[in-house]
Amino acid sequence: MKVHAQRLIAARLGLALLTLLIVSAIVFGLTGLLPGDAAQQALGQAATPEQVAALRHQFGLDQPALQRYFEWLAHVVTGNFGTSLSNSMPVSQLIATRLPNSLMLAGLTTLVSVPVALLIGILSAMFRGSLLDRTLNVLTLSTVAVPEFLIATIAVLIFAVKLRWLPALSYLSEVTSFGALVRIYAMPVTTLCCVIVAQMARMTRAAVLDQLNAPYVEMARLKGASPARIVLRHVLPNTIGPIANAIALSLSYLFGGVVIVESIFNYPGLASLMVDAVTNRDMPLVQGCVMVFCSAYLVLVLIADMCQIISNPRLRQR
Amino acid sequence: MNRPATSHGTTVLYSAHGEEAKPCADALQDVPIEALAVKRSVFRRLASRFSVLGLIGLTIIVFWLGVAFIGPLVAPYKGGAVTSTEIFGACSAAHLLGTDYLGRDMLSRVLYGTQYTVGLALASAVLASCIGTFIGLVAAVSGRWVDEILSRLFDALISIPSKVLALVIIAAFGSSVPMLIMVAALAYIPGAFRISRSLAVNLMTLEYVQVARARGERLLYIARVEVLPNMIHPMLADFGLRFVFIVLLLSGLSFLGLGVQPPDADWGSLVRENIGGLSEGAPAVLMPAVAIATLTVGVNLLIDSLRRHGARANGGGR
Repeated sequence: MKVHAQRLIAARLGLALLTLLIVSAIVFGLTGLLPGDAAQQALGQAATPEQVAALRHQFGLDQPALQRYFEWLAHVVTGNFGTSLSNSMPVSQLIATRLPNSLMLAGLTTLVSVPVALLIGILSAMFRGSLLDRTLNVLTLSTVAVPEFLIATIAVLIFAVKLRWLPALSYLSEVTSFGALVRIYAMPVTTLCCVIVAQMARMTRAAVLDQLNAPYVEMARLKGASPARIVLRHVLPNTIGPIANAIALSLSYLFGGVVIVESIFNYPGLASLMVDAVTNRDMPLVQGCVMVFCSAYLVLVLIADMCQIISNPRLRQR
Repeated sequence: MNRPATSHGTTVLYSAHGEEAKPCADALQDVPIEALAVKRSVFRRLASRFSVLGLIGLTIIVFWLGVAFIGPLVAPYKGGAVTSTEIFGACSAAHLLGTDYLGRDMLSRVLYGTQYTVGLALASAVLASCIGTFIGLVAAVSGRWVDEILSRLFDALISIPSKVLALVIIAAFGSSVPMLIMVAALAYIPGAFRISRSLAVNLMTLEYVQVARARGERLLYIARVEVLPNMIHPMLADFGLRFVFIVLLLSGLSFLGLGVQPPDADWGSLVRENIGGLSEGAPAVLMPAVAIATLTVGVNLLIDSLRRHGARANGGGR
């Protein structure tokens, strides 16, 4: 009965895996083409050519590029990203210590931003053209265009420097109670929310408006249903797909936003690990981080696709 | 759709084409893709039917474009000149926007920085939009396999967050002005490609394109004469959005210290340089950030008002 939907989901799954494969090739190509030599970098200027050659051999840098790619891929599939060049620890272990922190930040941001964005989007679609709609429109337009470091610095200026309510840097070791958790996460989460709520709200509004113009809404209006009932009972079930897509897209923007936010608040997450890796030219670590980011993106898109497929009754009945 | 008669087409087919073109172009407007809403005639009506917010946006854009060209000429001091003994000075008659962390005039720094922020972003946005449009057109016009391969490749590229992709490339190749333009363009080609491809695919199904095919026109001719002119306006609106994203990306990179390198400075690096003045509430750290915000908000306002008018002229019933 649900064969059609299952086949669709399987196709999406295969597509995501293919995309991940291409991403791995692009990432390895970019970092493999590196003009800077990792062995030279690790040993510094004073190293003798013999030492460099020995280390190159140890890293396997003297092998052909294609062979290195397939060896690397074989390791990555088993969860082994190699050893960090700068501190000789396994990359997977470094990532494992940082990933929960980033997931926590992303999770809290999602918890706060999604309900707010949905509320704004649905309200401004219901009262389109009103003062509320226009105000929300200008407000979301401006926040989507403001760089996240401006929001973050202003927030630090007001809440940490002037009012002294919140700490300017995030020390996760101090998280002992719920109050401490709120104090530490308040500013990073608010900054990230500012960035993505606007985008999400605009897309939600567009999706709801699109449905409000449909004939079945006119029918519901003619039979005397209240505006709230029309939106909640008739329109929302039809917009689950587009809204899930909008949420996935906005949350994927989160991965870019955390790069700035984590380095401003000195938050020990995956993005700040990656920025450090970039400045140290620690390529195995960069590769590992990028692959984690891309997998997370693909999982998000996959979930959104599944919401779309499952929420579509036409696919259920076939 | 007036164009010279070609030697290929028979008279019958050609006249059919002439009659079909107009209704088809109108039918196209009903396609519920937001980007299509920007209508052909919008630019003719600009003068009379511009909303106040759109006008404000246009004014801001023209202002910053002007500053980018003549900024260094009208700056009160040379860009790098230390002109005051006061660090993080407040606004005064001699230094309208105060002084920075070395006692340089902030107004001159911002004026000199404009050409980097606006110029780099403009160059990358033009590159990204042109290349994206071109490849999207190629994908839509060519056969299924080319389309499939290109689409998979760009889907993979799009699943790497733009900031993360930029970080990887900068880690590999270092940071210079040409490199920054390449990085920003590469990060936003996939987005332009997606929109351009979906527009072109829709256009390819229309009758007048089929007639051109039946007439035996070459693919290059169909792409250039039949499809491209109908994509220009939606792609222009998309170009504006890409410009905003690129301004934010480049200033974010500069803020992390990976963008424009000293002694040159764009607005993002100005914020980074002067971040120490944050606790004193110095204008030096706020002004460049405000400059970025006005530029991006201005472009967004203009695009938004163009879209709205496009939708209204369309009879979309919003």
